Formats: sequence, C-alpha cells, structure tokens
Amino acid sequence: MKEIASPLPGVFYRRPDPEKPVYVEEGHEVKAGDTIGLIEVMKSFQEVKAEDDGVIKSIKVEDGAVVEAGQVVAELE
Amino acid sequence: MIKVLKPGLQTTVQDDGRVGFYETGMPPSGAVDQYSYAVANLLAGNKKGAAVLEITYMGPELEFQQDATIAITGGNIPPKINGEAVPMWETVKINRGDVLSFDFVKQGARSYLAIAGGIDVPVIMDSRSTYTLCGIGGFNGRALQEGDALSIGDVQETDVKEGTRLTEEYVPEFSTSHEIRVIIGLCSYRLTEESKQRFLELEWTVTPEANRVGYRLKGERLDFVPREQPFGAGSNPSNVVDLGYPIGSIQIPDGVEPIALLNDAVTGGGYATVATIISTDLNRIGQAKTNEKVKFVSVSLEEALKARQETNRKLEEIKNIIQSS
Repeated sequence: MKEIASPLPGVFYRRPDPEKPVYVEEGHEVKAGDTIGLIEVMKSFQEVKAEDDGVIKSIKVEDGAVVEAGQVVAELE
Repeated sequence: MIKVLKPGLQTTVQDDGRVGFYETGMPPSGAVDQYSYAVANLLAGNKKGAAVLEITYMGPELEFQQDATIAITGGNIPPKINGEAVPMWETVKINRGDVLSFDFVKQGARSYLAIAGGIDVPVIMDSRSTYTLCGIGGFNGRALQEGDALSIGDVQETDVKEGTRLTEEYVPEFSTSHEIRVIIGLCSYRLTEESKQRFLELEWTVTPEANRVGYRLKGERLDFVPREQPFGAGSNPSNVVDLGYPIGSIQIPDGVEPIALLNDAVTGGGYATVATIISTDLNRIGQAKTNEKVKFVSVSLEEALKARQETNRKLEEIKNIIQSS
C-alpha cells in the first residue's frame, strides 16, 4: 500500500469545480501523475497527484477539510 | 545558470526590499523573514542586499548548470541535493549537474536560498525584489515557472568555507503557535475596551488566505465603538478617514477577521488599524502556516526598538563568526 500526502497545508478539494464530478472514487484505478485532489492555499490551487499506478483504496480526507503539509489524503493499492 | 525543473508553490526573487517609495503607493516587497534572509546571504558570502530565492510551503526543483556555493535558512523545508539530505543554516557546495529539491515543509513556512554571487535580475527602483501584484522586479515580475533559467550575479564579498554553520542560538525555532509582539494603535480607540482585550487574549488561527500581501486570521467577531461616521470615512464602523497603513498593521474589516498587512500590501486605505506588528516579529509571522495559531502580545515602542537592536546585534555577531571561521 502507498500513501498519497498533501505537499502543502490548506483546504483539500476532491473536485476541480463545485459543479464537476470528483477526480477519483475509492476503487478507481489511477496512473502515476493523475490528479486526485486540489489544495487551496494563498489564493491558489495546487494539484495533488498520485506518484504511482494503483487502485485508490481509501480517501482519508473529506471534501473541503483543512489538511496539514505531509498529511495523508488517500491510500493507494 | 540555474534551470527551474519545478517551480514549487510560489518561489520568488527577493532582497532587503524596495525601500523609499512607500509614499507613492509602492510597498517594499523583499524577503518576509528578513533575519533568515540576511543569514542566508552571510553564509553564502554575499554582500548585504543580494537577491535570494524565497520559497513558500513547497520547494522548487533546481538544476545547477555550474558549480556554486549556497546556503538555505528560514523555515524547515528540508533541502536535498540529488535526493540526499543536506543541512540548512550551513554553507554548502553544489556541483554542476546537481539537482536541488525539497521535502515536505516541517516547520515554518518560508525558506531562503542564497547563492554566492546573488540571483542576477535587473534592479528596478533600487531593488531586485519581486512585486507580483504589479508584475515588477525579480524574474520578469513573477514567481518562477518551469523552464525558467536564473543567472548568478557578482555580488559575492567573501569566500565562506564549506561546512561553516551557526550554533543553535542563532537558529530560530518555528512552532505551530506563534507569539507575535504588537504595538497597539494607531486607531485602536475605535475598538470597544472589551474587544481590545479580546484581541490580545484570543488565539487566532491563520486562514488559507495568508500570503506576502497579508495574513487573514480567524477567531471571533470584535466590536467597534458606535459613532456617526465622519465625512470622508466609509459607512462601516471599522472605517476611518483614509490613512497610511504601517507595514505589519492589523485591520479588522467589519470586525470579522483581522488582516495583518505584510511586505506586498496596499500602503494606505480606510480601515482602522488597531495594532502594528513590531519589525522583529514580521520575521516570525511570515513563518506561520495556514491552520497555525497566533497570539498577539502588546509591547511598548521601547521594547520594540530593543528587540530590533537585539536582532541587529545577532546579525553582526553572525557576520563576525563567519568571517573568523
């Protein structure tokens, strides 16, 4: 199992836009470099990307929740 | 040349600031943490005022296309050369072809990367600092982007030996709760007595809206003394007739969330400024991250000036230590 951590402190979002579907659901397959969420900080958005191929086992943070730098936001299998 | 492989979140060229144009509406910009900035330059052997890179929250990935002497100070965003950890607050050699990258931020919010010779960008109004809101100074007036190439300048003063490092007393600790000293005023008379007290008692939380322009803080609503607003002031009780905003001044629009103005902020306006962060602690507020806590401590002007002298004395000592090592 691999962990995907937020590189930044800020607010975690699971979708690119409130109107759009989420980037990934649990059980979805992802490739290295795929975006799984956004972090908002300093009025800018930074993508959180998977660093490996795999299946999203769990999303650890709720949409709109505040995260710390290095906090695990998802687990990959 | 230094090639930017990845830019990080917001990496900008900064120095000791574009000082002397405030009355024209031009804020100074410059490194937010001037202490860490100055120490980085000393460890790199640079002249005072040399331009460095200010790294915020997430470090860049930089490929050095020439040998260089570097020093990284400030918040702990752990640096690595070719994937191997290297120390901060120490003079480090980097070779042509090496890649400098950074791990997740551990402590503080901003690191300073000084390169012997300084970052070579044009001097605009006496400074190489980037003021992103107007798009002037630094590297093309903006934060670094992937593919940029930085030149190293010629403002090196001394050759500092590799491995020169500072003892702990000169290395600031950045925790997750920050005590920030302020001088109450200029418009604190506009707050009710109770709210003035609450301002100092509360532990404020840094919101995600915290950058080089200002830090917005969350806590509880504060109240202004009701009055009939004077001619020239806005209708909200937090408004006054326009005044110059000191750097570090704190305003509370509508009493809702205090905003501390920093190096890239607007120079004046019509909100009551209830307190001003002392210059020494501007170095520290810039190291507070989103979600961290801030408590304001009221000090006198004498105490503020003493703190400033103490910081200057430390920098003088560091200069002597580095020169004699």
